[in-house]
Amino acid sequence: MSTKIVTARVDIPNSHTLSVYLEQGGYQSLRKALLEMTPEAVQEEVTVSGMLGRGGAGFETGRKWSMLKQDLVRYLVVNGDESEPSTFKDHLLVENDPHQLVEGTLITAYAIGASRAFIYLRGEFALGLERVQSAINEAYAYGAIGRNIFGSGFSVDVVLQPGAGAYICGEETALIESLEGKRGFPRIKPPYFPAVIGLYGAPTIVNNVETMSNVPWIVKNGGRAFAAMGKGRSTGTRLFALSGDVMRPGNYELEMTSKTFRELIYDPDFGGGLKEGRSVKAVIPGGVSAPWIGPDNLDLPLGQDEVAQAGSMLGSGSIIVLDDHSCAVRAAWRITKFFNRESCGQCTPCREGSGWIEKIMHRIELGSGTESDLDLVLDACDNIAPGLTWPPQQTTICVLGPSIPSSVVSAIKMFRDEFMVHIKEEGCPFVH
Amino acid sequence: MSFFNPENLEKAQILVGLYPDKRSALIPLCHLAQSQHGHLSNEAMVEIAELVGVQPAEVYGTASFYDMLHTEEVGKYLVGVCTNVACLLSGGQELLEHASDVLGIPPGATTEDGKFTLEEVECVAHCDKAPCAQVNYRYFGPLTNGDFDQLVDDLKSDRLSDSVPPHGVLSRVFRDAPPMVPLEIIHQERRVMDEAKKARLAAQNPDAGGKQ
Ligand SMILES: Cc1cc2nc3c(=O)[nH]c(=O)nc-3n(C[C@H](O)[C@H](O)[C@H](O)COP(=O)(O)O)c2cc1C
Ligand code: SF4
Ligand code: FES
Repeated sequence: MSTKIVTARVDIPNSHTLSVYLEQGGYQSLRKALLEMTPEAVQEEVTVSGMLGRGGAGFETGRKWSMLKQDLVRYLVVNGDESEPSTFKDHLLVENDPHQLVEGTLITAYAIGASRAFIYLRGEFALGLERVQSAINEAYAYGAIGRNIFGSGFSVDVVLQPGAGAYICGEETALIESLEGKRGFPRIKPPYFPAVIGLYGAPTIVNNVETMSNVPWIVKNGGRAFAAMGKGRSTGTRLFALSGDVMRPGNYELEMTSKTFRELIYDPDFGGGLKEGRSVKAVIPGGVSAPWIGPDNLDLPLGQDEVAQAGSMLGSGSIIVLDDHSCAVRAAWRITKFFNRESCGQCTPCREGSGWIEKIMHRIELGSGTESDLDLVLDACDNIAPGLTWPPQQTTICVLGPSIPSSVVSAIKMFRDEFMVHIKEEGCPFVH
Repeated sequence: MSFFNPENLEKAQILVGLYPDKRSALIPLCHLAQSQHGHLSNEAMVEIAELVGVQPAEVYGTASFYDMLHTEEVGKYLVGVCTNVACLLSGGQELLEHASDVLGIPPGATTEDGKFTLEEVECVAHCDKAPCAQVNYRYFGPLTNGDFDQLVDDLKSDRLSDSVPPHGVLSRVFRDAPPMVPLEIIHQERRVMDEAKKARLAAQNPDAGGKQ
């Protein structure tokens, strides 16, 4: 049994309540941080832990904190927008262990000296919003938020902010705009990091819900214990959200690099394999922004660099499995449709490109595509991400744009024959 | 005449006081207005504009960016069927078609009695329960066609009114107080913290001259 960090309590009845959280040792890490540690000592533990951000970009958390410009006014923003298709890990954490998130947020606010902390949650998480607001209310009453917390002399307020339905608000600068009460338009870079100019123009740390949820454990057990799990840059555990053509879709927290894609998919304790007689056709790791990988890569360990070396990314930690009865063209088309819907429209290559690619992919899937359509699609992709390299070149304000080609290009590369069947037989050969 | 009823006006005041810049309350206030009225009316937007100190057109312009903010009426139950990849692989597209047949409306439309609005939605982070649907952002899945019919029956007869409140009601848990510590006090505290940290670092590393 491997160590569970962020999901250690999620199956306990009423795990979302303060009383259960306290029974399980909750808020001891906050006490320890505030009463026994300096802010820089807390930050040091997080740096030593090597924890990479769990939101998708995989940036070292300690390093990010150390980049925070030391102006008097600075903020902490927790990113709980979770809208990357097939990613549902933060959803579990906010509903089933909201106090862990609040505790991690408070410890981080102390470490970085935030004036105020904001938890931005995806608007569609109705239950999550209720659970996190209840947790915040309970934490105020318990004295864990507010004035002179636990008699430490440290004070801070925590505010929950609901989103309102826009994928792009997960991008950290769009999220900040949204939190300022505006449309969620990503900001032009540089500055590359909100750590320099963020919320209300002040230096701001933006971290993902799962990242924050790991912090209490790191403070309790030490950064070294966290770093002892995993391998290389992949330290600690990760919450893998497994979906698609597997028998047991769900969230599985695993020590990083300890299992391979094959083990996650086939182990009866995890994915439980595929339907009788089927085989893996492709895997979409890291959310729909990631390039696909084939069955030849199933023995890759679930680690940051391992997946990057195979030409894709671990991204948000989600993994979609397509079996040999599923249509690659249809899946790739649907992903493009998503990006087309969610493009914020600021950049021409993203706004127009996603529309063109979606239309062409759809006509291929429906059987009215031509062979030259494939080149047309690749050409449109090349306009968004010149050279079609991995990681992609960027012609747009944010990386939503260059994420659009990932699935389309890998689908065409891996399954050109299947595209040709759609074109020649004037329709989709799969039953759905 | 105020759009917000007295109880909501009190909530609105708390929301406006949560931020260094009150414009940040714009989206939370839009949700509050929807919870009172089912959608975002012109009247509501005018009042929100006043509360956060912007023009009504800016409230409209901002709201129109977000899928969950509806400036037109929607049904009592907003049914969203997910057709994104994980759901697609498990029959989400077919579920949407079935939903459309059962409700007698295409996606985007509202039934004549105003009870249901159907939407095709993007991934709602419930992919392990594919294919799934949300009703007023409460999740259901995995759903067979039969399960979906049962769900519609239950909604029609208001059997689920406890777990699925009418459209617009999002979180039913509210913050009951403004921030506890004014930012001026926080900033005094931080100034002291920052000075102490600088002194500690200088003591540890006399050559660095307070640089970190
Ligand atoms: C289009 C787009 C969508 C994103 N969506 C999310 C999201 O839903 N949640 C999240 O934590 N990060 C998301 N990110 C990444 C954030 O910009 C940011 O890197 C992250 O919140 C930082 O937190 P971390 O360092 O803890 O990972 C998204 C990025 C892009 C470009
Ligand atoms: S790349 Fe797309 S989503 Fe990102 S800022 Fe440009 S138009 Fe908007
Ligand atoms: S794909 Fe439907 S809920 Fe995620």
